[in-house]
Amino acid sequence: MAKTSAVTMKKHYTKRDCKGLLYLIPWLVGFAVLQLYPFITSLVYSFSDYTMGGSLNFTGLDNYIKLFTRDRDFWNSLKVTLLFGLYVVPGKVILALLVAMFLNRNIRGIGIVRTLYYIPSLFGGSVAIALLWRLMFMDGGIINSMAAAIGLPEASFLGDTHYALPTICLLEIWQFGSSMVMLLAALKIVPKELYEAAEIDGGGRWVKFWHITIPQISPILFFSILNQTIQELQNFTSPYTITDGGPLKSTNVLGILLYKQGFSYFKMGYASAISWIEFIVILIFTLLLFGTSKFWVHYADET
Amino acid sequence: MRFRDADLFGTVKLLPSTWHFENYIEGWKGSAGITYTKFFLNTFLLVVPTTLLTLFSSTLVAYGFARFNFPYKKLLFTLLIAMMMLPNTVVIIPRYILYNKFHWVDSYMPFYAPALLCCNSFFPYMLIQFLRSIPKDLDESAYIDGCSTWKCLTKIILPLMKPALFSAGLFQFLWTYNDYFNSLIFINSVKKYPISLAVRLSLDSESIVNWGKVMAMAFVAVLPLMVLFFCCQKYFIEGIATSGMKN
Repeated sequence: MAKTSAVTMKKHYTKRDCKGLLYLIPWLVGFAVLQLYPFITSLVYSFSDYTMGGSLNFTGLDNYIKLFTRDRDFWNSLKVTLLFGLYVVPGKVILALLVAMFLNRNIRGIGIVRTLYYIPSLFGGSVAIALLWRLMFMDGGIINSMAAAIGLPEASFLGDTHYALPTICLLEIWQFGSSMVMLLAALKIVPKELYEAAEIDGGGRWVKFWHITIPQISPILFFSILNQTIQELQNFTSPYTITDGGPLKSTNVLGILLYKQGFSYFKMGYASAISWIEFIVILIFTLLLFGTSKFWVHYADET
Repeated sequence: MRFRDADLFGTVKLLPSTWHFENYIEGWKGSAGITYTKFFLNTFLLVVPTTLLTLFSSTLVAYGFARFNFPYKKLLFTLLIAMMMLPNTVVIIPRYILYNKFHWVDSYMPFYAPALLCCNSFFPYMLIQFLRSIPKDLDESAYIDGCSTWKCLTKIILPLMKPALFSAGLFQFLWTYNDYFNSLIFINSVKKYPISLAVRLSLDSESIVNWGKVMAMAFVAVLPLMVLFFCCQKYFIEGIATSGMKN
């Protein structure tokens, strides 16, 4: 690392190198206008009572004070969002890892099985599948009809405040395919010699899993967890389509709260404050993950 | 709870006792006098240019990062990667206000503009990783022979990038096609609805939900993606498997 930076310091940039910046123009403009500018203005708006078409009046911390002290929906939504992440991220990553390990052998036809597991992660995010989920789990839906047919009691999956969130989480966990494909690719390149060496030393399955598999695939595992955390804490489509935040706001994630405040009532200032809290929540989790990564993520070029 | 909803929805059986093809015919008629033919046309008008613009801009940006050593490259690259972690929700409100000022709300520009301006860092990142695996000697020797950087890109790099571009294109196609949140926010009039909003509309527009019709249309909505996936599954799986590698 130190070597390369010393070389760049000494080096003069050629005319050709500076031309490279020209190719970056689309992104530089996009970064400035559609990422950095909105990022800063949403913070500015969050200190105002700006509504669509209204004027910009700064109200200091009012939005945040209102959110934390008077808006009962907010605390509920924060809790629901955190629970959502807590159920989905570990569920998805663990299932992805288990299935990837199961598929990581040379059996004929494994490609088809891999494809079948992969499909939900491609289509699962669509409205069509969310509707299918609703049809399956609603009162009088497919699952309940099946239960009734074999004499089991019916359950109100989407009508009960205790079950609605887990039912939606199930739809998300079912979409573990893309993490699985990445983990499978990582598992395939773990050197076989490591396992052989462990076997000679008398290491069992468990030892091999914790001391070889996990450290070897840790960069991809970390990437999957990080990615899923960022994504799932922002989830909107499935709770919005399946239950619209209900029953009794038990699935009202921050995304829905933000959507309603911003795009139903056009309270842009208030919605911006919600978006910044959501951002800070995601940031905290991202930093925590990066903080722990020192202890368990091993990159190949470090050794 | 049970009885109320049962009255609303009727009971659903696992396998229908009779197959109703008229669900498709009725469903296709759509809502508010706009048929699914129109919804599909809208979807392709939204998705195809978005995909092509994404490929165009990501190729340029990836080429810039992978083949040139300009000042502040490290800083810029870090920013590019950091943008992958920027939640969409934190920029959506100012973006909406901005697009509203440009009179872009209720058009497909809110989708085209970020695509042209390379706002999803996933794609340039994926292509940069791919370009790193192509030996630099190829285009550098061409440059020494007097080939311009643009010619190096179009004549040498681009043909080699085809598989990666194809993967990236498939992902962007699929994601834009499935995207619900942005469509919901930026498209207001039913005659401009893409398929994702249309399917949801079929649920909301009637007081008594005809699930047969809704699911028929949901199936029609996923069908093109199914066909696409089974035709090119190799590219999907390779694309996702390599993008996370080589940090």
